[in-house]
Amino acid sequence: MAVKALSEYNFPAADTQDKFHGNQLLYVGWDDHLMFCAPFAYCIPPSTKFSELVEKHLPHSFGPHPEWAKVDVSKIVWLKSGQPFQPDMNKTLAEQGLEHKTALRMQTPGLNGNGTYF
Amino acid sequence: MDMKANKKKLGLKEKYAHMTRGLDWQTTYQPMDKVFPQATFEGIKIHDWEKWEDPFRLTMDAYWKYQAEKERKLYAVLDAFAQNNGHLGITDARYLNAVKLFLTGISPLEYVAHRGFAAAGRNFPGVGPRVACLMQSIDEIRHAQTQIHALSNYNKFYEGFHAGAAHQIERIWYLSVPKSFFDDAFSAGPFEWMIAIGFSFEYVLTNLLFVPFMSGAAYNGDMATVTFGFSAQSDEARHMTLGLECIKFMLEQDPDNLPIVQKWIDKWAWRGIRVLTLVGMMMDYMLPKRVMSWKEAWEIYFEQNGGALFNDLAKYGIKVPDCITQCTVDKEHISHQAWCTFYQYAHASAFHTWLPNAEEMDWLSAKYPNTFDKYYRPRYEQWREMADKGERFYNNTLPMLCQVCQIPMVFTEPDDPSKICYRESDYQGEKYHTCSDGCKHIFDDEPEKYIQAWLPVHQIYQGNCWPEGTDPTAEGFDPMAKVLEWYHIENGKDNLDYEGSGDQANFAAWRGAATQNT
Repeated sequence: MAVKALSEYNFPAADTQDKFHGNQLLYVGWDDHLMFCAPFAYCIPPSTKFSELVEKHLPHSFGPHPEWAKVDVSKIVWLKSGQPFQPDMNKTLAEQGLEHKTALRMQTPGLNGNGTYF
Repeated sequence: MDMKANKKKLGLKEKYAHMTRGLDWQTTYQPMDKVFPQATFEGIKIHDWEKWEDPFRLTMDAYWKYQAEKERKLYAVLDAFAQNNGHLGITDARYLNAVKLFLTGISPLEYVAHRGFAAAGRNFPGVGPRVACLMQSIDEIRHAQTQIHALSNYNKFYEGFHAGAAHQIERIWYLSVPKSFFDDAFSAGPFEWMIAIGFSFEYVLTNLLFVPFMSGAAYNGDMATVTFGFSAQSDEARHMTLGLECIKFMLEQDPDNLPIVQKWIDKWAWRGIRVLTLVGMMMDYMLPKRVMSWKEAWEIYFEQNGGALFNDLAKYGIKVPDCITQCTVDKEHISHQAWCTFYQYAHASAFHTWLPNAEEMDWLSAKYPNTFDKYYRPRYEQWREMADKGERFYNNTLPMLCQVCQIPMVFTEPDDPSKICYRESDYQGEKYHTCSDGCKHIFDDEPEKYIQAWLPVHQIYQGNCWPEGTDPTAEGFDPMAKVLEWYHIENGKDNLDYEGSGDQANFAAWRGAATQNT
């Protein structure tokens, strides 16, 4: 259904990639870890290597969690838009199709705040 | 020269006719559809505006008289409150954080409601609803004013009131939730506005908003808030009647109106319930002396009272909104999920937060036997442990938001409270994320509208949330400090923990001075 309006209803989207000064948005959530109330929104260049995301950005956000130190990055199970995704650490976000506003989910089997989902 | 009055005064009935229906006229040099361009585009068919039954027999002169009387009483109480240091009568200064949330999040909505009803009144070709909308419009601006006046007393003594009701609603991340709700309604046509605000908000959900805040105020000794609550009560009763009359009128005028009205009820029930998450949190966590739990309020005011209402509307073919199944699950979770959010983003909020103490956690366990101990108590205990070690947890990264309700994506799957609920839509090559089936459905129905959403997190990242003249390339530039400045949040005063705050210290000292000799 389209918006019912008095005249033509066509306005630009507020958050297209060109508005982020060379960066893109990328969302990352950690399943079963609700100490972080919601997935994170990152605003980083599409040329960011996946290894940089994992080694720099994610530890900054998720580091305060007592279980983060136990995470083996190579064993993380990744979902992209809910589907299995195999990242390439040496490729950039753009090179592996992680476009603007992609949502990634991390699953770390065995880690779930000792069953409390903390 | 003296005027000679020949006729005796008008009778009540005569006066009523003159002062309401008698105010209508037919245009002569412009066609009616040009004067009322918004009357038909939404698809609602009205054949006879004369069939509108005035929900309350009130003329403008009587209206002014009643309202003036209420104003006199209200301001007398407010004066007494101010002169007698009424603020020291509250249970605890911690309570005032609920009042800050009300002033910054709800009072501005009263003002938008004033504008919205003025616009609806202007756009209806029928004189009956026009007069009713005019009165409601004036009520709403009165409510905004009396709330601001009543609560301004607290601004003399406590942090977090200084930005008032006008500034922060346009800027702060969590206030975009109520703001976008009203913007969504106001940018629709007049009939959708009446279903969105007049019916869904003012009739179906109003008791879940005002009763908790007003009883919370009464329980916690806040005479200022209680007084404006009383002063608004008879107006609210009128608003409920108008909302109900409006929906019945639309449904009785043409059978084609039913699917449109049903769609709006479904949409606005869900939109409203999402906004009420903030009220649920207030009830369960922010009142030192609690009234009832959010879940209990939901069961009384929605499941029981709302159930009776929808039974009544069934004769028109109206069904209970689909989202109710999810709401039945959500009532056990949303207040906790919201408070956890504010606790970890307390550095970016214009009020204080705290961890529930042992007694409060036991109360929550008793009120939420199915969920609190399993999912939420462990979270608070872990945070308590971290805080005791000097590692009070503040989330250092901005959250992902729902494109429709604009709440951070904190809600969990209806069938699994351990998993965040992710929903995604594609529109014109761009991804859009929503927090629930309800919000996704609303997005997919009118994507052209919601792609324009002013999402606070994205706006911060675009560099639109700093004071004018800020140079983000300057040495030592701290983006979050600039955002707080732009929010008018005084870092270290208005935000962070209640424990150790100026409010806590001052209240203890002042009350001590009032009750002790040293």
